[in-house]
Amino acid sequence: MADARPSQLFRNKSAKIAAIPMIVTALFVFVGGTAWTIVYSFTKSGLLPRLKWVGLDQYERLWSTKRWIVSIENLMIYGLSMLVLVFVIGFILAALIDQKIRFENTIRTVILYPYALSFVVTGLVWQWILNPEFGIESIVRSWGWESFAFDPLYNADIAIFGVLIAGLWQGSGLVMVLMLAGLRGIDQEVWKAARVDGIPAWKTYIFIVIPMMRPVFITTLVLVVTGIVKIYDLIVAQTGGGPGISTEVPAKYVYDMMFQANNLGQGFAASTMMLLTVALVVIPWAFLEFGGSKKRG
Amino acid sequence: MNKSVEIKNLDLEFGAVKVLQNLNLDIGKGEFLVLLGSSGCGKSTLLNCIAGLLDVTAGQIHINDKNVTWAEPSERGIGMVFQSYALYPQMNVEGNLSFGLKNAKLPKDEIAKRIKRASEILQIEPLLKRKPAALSGGQRQRVAIGRALVRDVDVFLFDEPLSNLDAKLRADLRVEIKRLHQNLGNTMVYVTHDQIEAMTLADRIAIMRGGQIMQLDSPEEIYGRPVNKYVAGFIGSPSMNFLEGRIEGDVFLVGDLAIPLAGYEFASGNAVSGEASLGIRPEHVVTGELVGNAPFQIDIDVSLIEPTGSDTLVDCEVAGHPFRVRMDGQAKIKVGERLRLGLDLSKASLFDKTSELRL
Repeated sequence: MADARPSQLFRNKSAKIAAIPMIVTALFVFVGGTAWTIVYSFTKSGLLPRLKWVGLDQYERLWSTKRWIVSIENLMIYGLSMLVLVFVIGFILAALIDQKIRFENTIRTVILYPYALSFVVTGLVWQWILNPEFGIESIVRSWGWESFAFDPLYNADIAIFGVLIAGLWQGSGLVMVLMLAGLRGIDQEVWKAARVDGIPAWKTYIFIVIPMMRPVFITTLVLVVTGIVKIYDLIVAQTGGGPGISTEVPAKYVYDMMFQANNLGQGFAASTMMLLTVALVVIPWAFLEFGGSKKRG
Repeated sequence: MNKSVEIKNLDLEFGAVKVLQNLNLDIGKGEFLVLLGSSGCGKSTLLNCIAGLLDVTAGQIHINDKNVTWAEPSERGIGMVFQSYALYPQMNVEGNLSFGLKNAKLPKDEIAKRIKRASEILQIEPLLKRKPAALSGGQRQRVAIGRALVRDVDVFLFDEPLSNLDAKLRADLRVEIKRLHQNLGNTMVYVTHDQIEAMTLADRIAIMRGGQIMQLDSPEEIYGRPVNKYVAGFIGSPSMNFLEGRIEGDVFLVGDLAIPLAGYEFASGNAVSGEASLGIRPEHVVTGELVGNAPFQIDIDVSLIEPTGSDTLVDCEVAGHPFRVRMDGQAKIKVGERLRLGLDLSKASLFDKTSELRL
């Protein structure tokens, strides 16, 4: 028999070898790429990266650019509205489908279907639907309501809500399916117990069922939030950022700066700001969620 | 008898499937009634109908002389305990007990009083601030019983409350439920598939099969004088031995055996004849020194032994039928040995071959 305890480093060799490609990818692409981007955001890089330090100049320029400010505002408006509405709509749809209805599979498929489309298709479709010449507005006017006006994409003040409609149309199905899975996981006897206790259905949902669905909500939240932060293709396909700069978003700003305006340094600074924003949200949450787990056992 | 729950001509159909058919059942005030049957017999369905969790197709349900057939569960004056406990996981024990009461807008001091009383009865006072996840299965079920208790109702419904617990806890909590019934004197309706629970707890047992009540009687009567072959085989563990044969005059003929029927009480009072099954419980077969007193004796070969500690079960064959005998746990017996059995038909049951009803 072996005299000494074998080294921990060499145990489970095959598993460790199999993990190496992913470890390398994570280290070089994600961590390395992020660090590289942050470093070069302090340089005066133009078409090509150059290590010519300019300190915080790129950030000062970024925060004095109207387009960036509008992008951030749009992301906030779109993000908060999307987050609240997609959860409300998705949950209500799931609760309705959970009432032992007929043709459940068909309805579920229909509602989930938009999620199978790419954002480019969704964007184009909703661009047409919201187009006053041949979309909803022209249909309602052809019915006789001549003064009807519904052209959000042509009004700079509300154009972002036109994008929001398309985003909700595409995203609600996924939330509904996740919520439905969560609802189905609730023990039917809990519902019975609540009925015997005389608790109305809406109260049972709010005080008993939704708290029981916390893990599903967290999964859904992560999916929805990442979808919001990286929104880019929907904007490009539906509005191209317009009218004017009224529907610009940070991801589009980064892309345009890096590959159209040949201003890498500015693009890096913008993407670093995006990273910082996400980190400010995620890190405190992660501490709350996982830091306390030792106490709970 | 003062009726607490009255069920009249109850039908329940799920589409084309008739789960309950023309079911009538009266439950007396303060009675402990157990609905017993194998899965799919409709016992839980019946309980859910009484609770109002299922809408009946036809018939009426009265609780405390009030027609509650179409009343909401919360308005029926019932409390219910479920198999999976069905506690509200994100509320502590106190919250679980009080949520329904708060919702019914009861005054705070009344709620506190009821929680205090229930937690004293069930000895869950130290647990009041804990969440269900931090409780053991037995404690959770106590809280679930508490939730029915604070409702201050006359009728308690139990839907297989002990089935999720391990064997020892089940036996402990069974005793507690019986004690609870003795102390409170409420009407209790209890659904189980466990015949030991049914026998130990019930004032009366209703044996169900195919949506109908086969026999409704005291545990002793159901055990001693089952009305048909199904009930006879269902109640008792190990189950009853059946010998298929023929009654001729005052003997029961099976194979080349003629077992005298002296001492058997026929259900009709008079002896009948014809094809029949003779049912004998393994514990009613005599072995050892007492065999000499039995009116009928037979020698068999022991084919298998199952020692359980307190008893030893012996498998053998009588006239070509598999036959089981319960012997004392101390009995020294080996496979292949010859054993003399004594049968006394005064404790046996005879069933008609075609109708399977008791003769």
